[in-house]
Amino acid sequence: MIKKGILLLLLVGFVAVIGSLLINFTGSNELNPLARYYAENGPAEVGAANLVTAVVVTYRGFDTLGEVTILFIAAAIVGFFLKVMNADNGRPNKLRKTSEILETASTLLVPTIFMLGVYIFVNGHLTPGGGFQGGAVIATGVMMIILAQPTSRFNHKLISVLESVSGVGFVAMGILGLILASGFLNNAFLPLGKLGSLLSAGAIPIIYVFIGIKVGSELTGILDSLKENQNEI
Amino acid sequence: MSLILAIFLGVVILVLAVTAIYHKNTKVAIIATGAVGLFASVLYLLLAAPDVALTEASIGSGLSTIIFFYVLNKIRHSND
Repeated sequence: MIKKGILLLLLVGFVAVIGSLLINFTGSNELNPLARYYAENGPAEVGAANLVTAVVVTYRGFDTLGEVTILFIAAAIVGFFLKVMNADNGRPNKLRKTSEILETASTLLVPTIFMLGVYIFVNGHLTPGGGFQGGAVIATGVMMIILAQPTSRFNHKLISVLESVSGVGFVAMGILGLILASGFLNNAFLPLGKLGSLLSAGAIPIIYVFIGIKVGSELTGILDSLKENQNEI
Repeated sequence: MSLILAIFLGVVILVLAVTAIYHKNTKVAIIATGAVGLFASVLYLLLAAPDVALTEASIGSGLSTIIFFYVLNKIRHSND
């Protein structure tokens, strides 16, 4: 009874808080000062046609570095725990044969998906999307390979080398910005170029290529270590 | 038109989410979770957030579904 009363009280409080927010909500037709600053000065300062990218990679680039680090730690922990538990009893995995349609379609679709992923992160400063999205799309292509050919194996060494090199490259780009331009992860140490062309926005395309490769290889690594672990009991 | 579509998608997402929670068969629940991500990504596209839609489509409906299946397979094996 007391428990239910407390629950009811919590619920009423919740409704009161949310309700007051809802009633007092007034939509505004103009940007707040910070957003207006980004919208007005972003194209001139950063040179990225996609303003979201300008904020994500340059103005809030440090947050992005943190996100990449979180993903890296998650992938490392998955790899670590699954490796420890995997005491390698080389039992053959009983797999149902995949359908003809899936196998045939994957040979056409996988290169297309990879190309779409690369397109997304190379054009991150021009069109919606960026390193994270492109990397995730590439990992979806890897997922399709795993579904179509469950016995295929990936080169762990290549995955970890790609991941480390791109991580180091991302931080090195940040430090170059610190030395050659005005601050950590500042993109202006390379020429900003013409707004809207592929080679514009300074170091943003390079940083996004690094992020894309890093995210793609991390997600691939997670999928792969889960796949390798299906054999053992 | 786009408002009607958005409301329809929202209702579909809610139905799928309830299915994911209450369905007895875990496989169906996982598929429902993936479908939530798929419809949510269309909704994000309608609400003018193509970046989030891309992420949701690839991670929400692709990668997380297969990770759930891997874990389900693993749990089933260790329960035998």
